Amino acid sequence: MGNSASVPAPPEAFVLSATADVPAASVPSRHSLLVRVTHWVTAVCFVALLISGSEIVISHPRFYWGENGSVLTPVLFKLPIPSSRSLVPTGYGYVLPDQNGWSRYLHFQSAWIAVFTGLLYVIVGLLSGHFVKNLIPGRADRSGRALWKACGSHLRFERPGEEEAWSYNLLQRLSYLFVIFVLFPLVIWTGLAMSPAFTAAVPASVTLLGGRQSARTIHFFVSVALVLFLVVHVGMVWFAGFRCRMRAMITGRADPPTVTDMEGA
Amino acid sequence: MSDLSRRKLIKGGLAAAAGVAGVGVAATIAKSYGLIPPDHGGLWGAGETLNYASYKLLTRHSMAREFARREISKRPLENEMAPPNDAFQKLQAGGFADWRLTIDGMVARPGAFSLDQLKGYPSRSQITQLACEEGWSYVAEWTGVPLSHVLEVVGVQPEAKYVVYFSIDPYWWDSIDMGDALHPQTYLAYGMNGGELSVGNGGPLRMRVPRQLGYKSVKFVTHLTVTDDLKKFGKGLGSASPEGGYAWYAGI
Repeated sequence: MGNSASVPAPPEAFVLSATADVPAASVPSRHSLLVRVTHWVTAVCFVALLISGSEIVISHPRFYWGENGSVLTPVLFKLPIPSSRSLVPTGYGYVLPDQNGWSRYLHFQSAWIAVFTGLLYVIVGLLSGHFVKNLIPGRADRSGRALWKACGSHLRFERPGEEEAWSYNLLQRLSYLFVIFVLFPLVIWTGLAMSPAFTAAVPASVTLLGGRQSARTIHFFVSVALVLFLVVHVGMVWFAGFRCRMRAMITGRADPPTVTDMEGA
Repeated sequence: MSDLSRRKLIKGGLAAAAGVAGVGVAATIAKSYGLIPPDHGGLWGAGETLNYASYKLLTRHSMAREFARREISKRPLENEMAPPNDAFQKLQAGGFADWRLTIDGMVARPGAFSLDQLKGYPSRSQITQLACEEGWSYVAEWTGVPLSHVLEVVGVQPEAKYVVYFSIDPYWWDSIDMGDALHPQTYLAYGMNGGELSVGNGGPLRMRVPRQLGYKSVKFVTHLTVTDDLKKFGKGLGSASPEGGYAWYAGI
């Protein structure tokens, strides 16, 4: 299918393939270049958004519902952490240094890069059939029984079989689709709903959510959900075989499906 | 080097050259349409420029959300601030009768305006939200004179691009572009929730820019300068905010 089939390989390739562990020319990439690049750019952006977002929350670790809220109004809940503003009553006897300036700059800059990367991924993913091929569960898996079985094998902490080195399992597919098409759009929407300029142009973006403070609270909880995803995601990569999964996502190379997954075993 | 890698190299080089040229053309167009913020340099320049350029391209003419009277917050927060300086206290002792707003720069008729003079101009009210970059917010009714009216009185020159405004607190000054300055919701506010604007909320005179976060609504305004070049002020970044690490454009 790829270049190896249509373009005659240069002589060096034969020399290399004779000595390499894996005949690189004959094995397709586990993850396409697009998936690998967008995955890591998004990962870096997410860490930057998380750090800067946490810094911004520290300046007002109180959450409200509806349109308005301040230190003078009742909270929905508050985080038991110190604040970078002396006006916020936290119960701590000290005030942290203000980090909001660079945090806000970094938050929006990483958000822009993440949004452009996400758009590229979704557009190319739709055109190339990536979602249909790799993420939407196959016909056989679209049943309650398949879901029940997948949940059971996850709860029994069964190690993934070798076929999973080349294909995502059902729960993996569903959680990736949920992150890509529900959590990411929701976190972008609730973020924009806090912008006074954006809400001037699109008032429904904030009124549909019940107000500015509701948008901020939802933004916080979606971010928590994304962090939980990240923790489970990295945990599962570790569980399935950290080295081979990382190699697949960085270089695209994985052991061919016919060979026993040595690192995972 | 094989033909394949040479072809790749040439293709890659052409793509890179096209990319650089594309960015160059985009920058030139952006500059001529006034899409570049004064704090566009440095590490955060790209994100800040995208924020400001998107606002200019997409939401320039939109109006900040206005609220019903029953939605006015019962307890608007008077945010923490430095204690008023001696100059302020002296004017406060005199009931702000000697408070002056001086206007200069690229205007036909520079002058100094008392509060009574400003209150003599057509008065407008808006019920809008003041949102702080920290996360809290409140809704209040603001009363004042639209900045556009005052700019018409002094006669802004057509080449002018920005209005720079200064607080009596020498460390607090800011600026907005002419689009924001002439926007119907941008006020020189002297009243709030039906009464005088309290000192805690920036009285006797506060800039009100409801399509940006609270820190653009500078308190205790005493001086406006109309200009075509923000490089002449402070460190040339447009306001005191970038000098303290905060973005000049605060619409997000």
